[in-house]
Amino acid sequence: MLQRIKHLWHILRRLTGDDAYDIYLKHHLEFHDSSLDAPAALSRKEFFKLWQDSKWKGIKRCC
Amino acid sequence: MHKNIRTIIWLCVVTLGVAAICAIALNRGESISALWFIAAAACVYAIAYRFYAAWIAATVLTIDETRATPAERLENGRDFIPTNKWVVFGHHFAAIAGPGPLVGPTLAAQFGYLPGTLWILIGAVLGGAVQDMVTLFFSTRRDARSLGQMARDEIGPIGGAAALIGTFLIMIILIAVLGLVVVNAMKHSPWATSTVAATIPIAMLVGFYMRNFRPGRVLEASILGVILLLLAVVGGGWINHNENLRGLFDHDGLSLAWAIIAYGFAAAVMPVWLLLAPRDYLSTFVKLGTVTLLAVAILILQPHIHMPALTQFTDGTGPIFGGKLFPFVFITIACGAISGFHALIASGTTPKLLANERDIRMIGYGAMLLESFVAIMAMIAATVLEPGVFFAINSPAGVVGKEAVDAIAKINSWGFAVTLDQMNQLAKDMGENSLFARTGGAPSLAVGMASIFGNAFGKSMLALWYHFAIMFEAIFILTTLDAGTRVGRFMLQDMLGNIWPKIGRTSWMPSVIFTSGLVVAGWGYFLYIGVIDPNGGVNILWPLFGIANQMLAAIALCVATGILVKSGKLKYAWITGLPLAWLVIVTSTAAWQKIFSDDVRVGFFAAANDLATKLAAGTLPPEKAAVAPHLIFNQQLDAYLTMFFVVVLWIVIFDTARVTLRYLTGKPLLPLTEVAHEPSRLVEDWVRD
Repeated sequence: MLQRIKHLWHILRRLTGDDAYDIYLKHHLEFHDSSLDAPAALSRKEFFKLWQDSKWKGIKRCC
Repeated sequence: MHKNIRTIIWLCVVTLGVAAICAIALNRGESISALWFIAAAACVYAIAYRFYAAWIAATVLTIDETRATPAERLENGRDFIPTNKWVVFGHHFAAIAGPGPLVGPTLAAQFGYLPGTLWILIGAVLGGAVQDMVTLFFSTRRDARSLGQMARDEIGPIGGAAALIGTFLIMIILIAVLGLVVVNAMKHSPWATSTVAATIPIAMLVGFYMRNFRPGRVLEASILGVILLLLAVVGGGWINHNENLRGLFDHDGLSLAWAIIAYGFAAAVMPVWLLLAPRDYLSTFVKLGTVTLLAVAILILQPHIHMPALTQFTDGTGPIFGGKLFPFVFITIACGAISGFHALIASGTTPKLLANERDIRMIGYGAMLLESFVAIMAMIAATVLEPGVFFAINSPAGVVGKEAVDAIAKINSWGFAVTLDQMNQLAKDMGENSLFARTGGAPSLAVGMASIFGNAFGKSMLALWYHFAIMFEAIFILTTLDAGTRVGRFMLQDMLGNIWPKIGRTSWMPSVIFTSGLVVAGWGYFLYIGVIDPNGGVNILWPLFGIANQMLAAIALCVATGILVKSGKLKYAWITGLPLAWLVIVTSTAAWQKIFSDDVRVGFFAAANDLATKLAAGTLPPEKAAVAPHLIFNQQLDAYLTMFFVVVLWIVIFDTARVTLRYLTGKPLLPLTEVAHEPSRLVEDWVRD
């Protein structure tokens, strides 16, 4: 039961973009943190700004 | 499961579906239960999804589960992210389902419940859902390219330009007509106006919360916002009863139109995080919540439909919009049956999240079926009203007369019973001054929803439910308005950037203000005309929007058909070719009638000439004579605009035919731009975390 609720909560967070930063961090650690001169990960605030701005560039809603 | 049992279950579904459709189609009694509509829809969708969509996916598109999608190959942790299919489904559905499927069926209910319902079901399973699914598939195979890019790459530069211009013009007309719907819902209603006004500061508060106070905590901020929205609905009722405050929010259509125009400009210039993004979160939550609630309420209450299956207005004399059943029901209900706009989401946006091609059927086809179901619910909500009440709310003053007594007499003369007391009581129950001539579909839908909610969850709060429904419609209409103005601005900057590069820079403030101003002026003009038009404006704008949207759908289907032919799948090209042919017939006929019909309520030129003759003869009352020159000019402009749409449509069709012919005769073609196969490395449980 608890597992179910956890799973639903996870889906809800993913659906709303609540966990976008966590995903980004995970991606960053996995692909960009291997070399020493890699750029540091963005802070939560910086990332959110970029994420929100890029999300609204194209057509996102229709009739 | 045993094969025989499965066969028996599907036979039951088919039988129930056929029975439900027969019940709907053949019923000539006083009323019919809405459950038949739900049953018919559920069975049709289930059969179409299980058999037709599965066949298209497996045989026509040959979906390949082992192939890496753009989300996997181009993953960047930001916009390209392989995502759980339910999450993608949610995003895709929230993006495609706007106010269209709510407004269209409500307006089309003037023909009776049957034509609209059948078109919503058939159009969705054979047209709209197929369009969405194949567009999603082709874009996924092409690095998530947009419809315009695919048109240019696969058909030629003309197709690409047509898609671009078509999209831009649809946006302008869509925003104008949606603005008109909101204006008509707020006209002289302090409760509705104050609630809608309150959504602006609430959205800003939410925007500030997730940008600065708790960055990225989208869920917290949205919950806070939804609670505030509900309080705003209650607060609106308090304002409505407060003699000092209600005057502040009691306005006529024209002032509200100017307010919306000013708002649209501000929203397009302001940064997205402040207004647009938070408003979008709120509207998505409210939208999904309300649609679910409506479905539950319909199931609990099982309301009865009072509208006849067919009304006498199939002959083209309908009060809400002029024109015969064919072709106008197919133009009026665009979203919910087939909508070209969806192709813009299905290409470009959604493929960036798609983890596996196998999810394409559920997301492309399934989400459209759900939108079609929303349209069915809107049809139910519109037709549970007594027909007399429905026509009293939706008929413009220019048709039934300005005075309530005249309107009642006129509607009674059509054979629909309604009394003045009944309308007054209804308005009082809903907390409104008057419900006569509240065109645009939103108020009648809200009355229908309020009566369903009220009967299912307690009748004492009818006025609250009504204004909740108005807020629900207004909030995502305004989201579409903001987002559309912004996208229009980007497109315009992109186009003008070819002439003067500096104007193409999206962050250069003078260019932002200039291009936003142009876009707002574009839709603001149509909104203004719609408000001053005594026939309600919806009569002109909605068909124009329908024609434009179906034209875009036809372009998307042309691109899909062209790609199918080029991929050597000519024998399957009918899956998009058939809906394409139907849309071309419908759109061309509707456009022809809108341009050349002698009926002043259908033909643009006929209306312009009629008005000009009356103006010259001096038979118009002074207030009508004052606006007549504007209306005449506008009718002519609309006629040329319609002509333009049809010409663009036929150019793209000839271009696609040219590509097909070259393929058949073995002449060289633009190469297919499908990216090469790359095996997927994603393991099942890794993606579906």
